[in-house]
Amino acid sequence: MNPKLTRRRFIKGVIASGAAAASSTLWYSASGADRPAGAVERLLSLNVNGQVRRVDVAPQETLAHTLRYKLGLTGTKLGCNRGECGACTVLADDVNIYACSTLTHEVKDRAVVTVEGLRAADGTLHPVQAAFIEELSPACGFCTAGQVMSAVALLKANPKPTREEARQAMSGNVCRCGAYDHYLNGVMRASGQLS
Amino acid sequence: MSSHDNMPEMSLYQPVRVEDAIGIASQFAERGWLVGGGQDTYGWLKDRAKTADALIDLKGIESMRGIKETADGIEIGALVTLTEITRNALIKERYSLLAQAAGRVASPQIRNVGTLAGNVSQDVRCWYYRRGLNCYRAGGNLCYADTPEGMNREHAIFNASRCVAVTPSDTGPALVALEAQMVIQNASGQRVVPAEEFFVGPNVDIRHTTVLRPGDILTAVRIPAKWANAQFYFEKVADRNVWDFALVSISAAMRVNNGVIEDSRIMVGAVQATPRRLTSVEQAIRGKPRNESTANGLGNLASSDANPLNYNHFKMPLMDNLVKRAVRGQA
Ligand SMILES: Cc1cc2nc3c(=O)[nH]c(=O)nc-3n(C[C@H](O)[C@H](O)[C@H](O)COP(=O)(O)OP(=O)(O)OC[C@H]3O[C@@H](n4cnc5c(N)ncnc54)[C@H](O)[C@@H]3O)c2cc1C
Ligand code: SF4
Ligand code: FES
Ligand code: FES
Repeated sequence: MNPKLTRRRFIKGVIASGAAAASSTLWYSASGADRPAGAVERLLSLNVNGQVRRVDVAPQETLAHTLRYKLGLTGTKLGCNRGECGACTVLADDVNIYACSTLTHEVKDRAVVTVEGLRAADGTLHPVQAAFIEELSPACGFCTAGQVMSAVALLKANPKPTREEARQAMSGNVCRCGAYDHYLNGVMRASGQLS
Repeated sequence: MSSHDNMPEMSLYQPVRVEDAIGIASQFAERGWLVGGGQDTYGWLKDRAKTADALIDLKGIESMRGIKETADGIEIGALVTLTEITRNALIKERYSLLAQAAGRVASPQIRNVGTLAGNVSQDVRCWYYRRGLNCYRAGGNLCYADTPEGMNREHAIFNASRCVAVTPSDTGPALVALEAQMVIQNASGQRVVPAEEFFVGPNVDIRHTTVLRPGDILTAVRIPAKWANAQFYFEKVADRNVWDFALVSISAAMRVNNGVIEDSRIMVGAVQATPRRLTSVEQAIRGKPRNESTANGLGNLASSDANPLNYNHFKMPLMDNLVKRAVRGQA
């Protein structure tokens, strides 16, 4: 593959060119006249990573789809697309949820945070990200964004979890490389309980 | 059959009043689909194993939220999430059985979104049915799980009637043990159904797991004071501790006075299409001390009338052992 055209750049290019948005119009059809009034408006103002983004969202579209293919936020991964792996974990009002199993319209009034939204304005990594690097938590890295988001949600609710509490809180994220203990070390380090 | 990334085109409604939701649901009838947390719903729709014309997202209905104390116990809004149930002080203090059961559902992320109403109303997890095969439960005339080659390790050992699927809900048996009441609203008003009658088996209705019909909305679950602060026992055995559905689960509530069991409700999940009440066990332990010897005295009473399939004989000793643990009071 041309090194200048990585997969990520290709995806971003497609999104920028509007091709993805255009294909989504395949879903669109005006609702029949006999339908009850009040179906949702497609055009949403979505609060993602502290920014309000205007986006055209199909009624049945998942948040993972909107983030990745409409907003270019490809840090959120799709593993199973059916609530069984955790790769797509994001925060909605500080609670960790599966973006593959959430309709974008369901979070239109909530603050969504993805892995791209964690670092500070000056580029400093979130303590969880820094601790995961320090502890060499990721192996292949595919599950990492989801692991980070679950750890962030945990530490917001419980800043000093026991290792067992952390294990429970991280249990909705599969790691195919089996790096669980390394992620747990990362969580404990991020909570300041490992030096 | 493959899983699809995107769901097919549907409309979506987000009513904020129960009356509006009932109106929309009644209009779409069989083609409308209520959504609490959507955690059971989206798999069906992505797989095209079931379809709908309209999703009716109930989450905006404020009156279906919250947990409150009532004159006789507590009332849990239908939209209360499983995570909220595991953290609620009232439930933890008085009805810890339900908090424990809710805490063993699926995974943290699913519990953060999944509602109590969705948990009790979810459809069965038989993979033949979930993959869209036209079996009895789907309206056809064959059960794929109950054939010589059928993979039925997870299926029923009691009360099968053509369909051999089991109840997947972890909270269902706990709610029946606590003698909960299900509050259901539709266009003609409100009715209150005991949890024990809310769940229906294939002998009664093979297409539905509950008494809910299009246009019905479960708005709340009431738990009477009767079993508050009783002695409880919950245990769920599954292949993995996260995500997997119960192979067998037990939810027990016991009134114990001076070490003697005065009254009890012993429920088992995942052995038949509805939560199974063990009345024979309840009778056998009444008036006996809650200890190891009472537990052992039960032998295989719980499973003695089971009808296992090819691959699920293991559920019989598993169930007997869980009953013993519940009765003696420790894992
Ligand atoms: C990977 C995975 C693992 C799972 N593991 C478990 C498990 O171990 N134990 C377990 O018990 N469950 C499990 N589940 C099933 C289920 O997703 C959860 O139990 C969850 O609680 C369902 O709630 P929900 O609100 O998301 O349901 P929804 O999908 O919103 O609804 C489920 C059903 O109930 C109906 N419904 C919802 N709300 C109402 C209402 N107020 N009135 C009338 N009908 C209503 C819907 O129309 C739908 O038919 C699992 C699901 C997944 C995807
Ligand atoms: S067990 Fe029930 S749901 Fe499964 S194939 Fe048989 S009839 Fe269908
Ligand atoms: S992609 Fe969402 S849980 Fe696997
Ligand atoms: S690091 Fe490879 S899947 Fe977790």
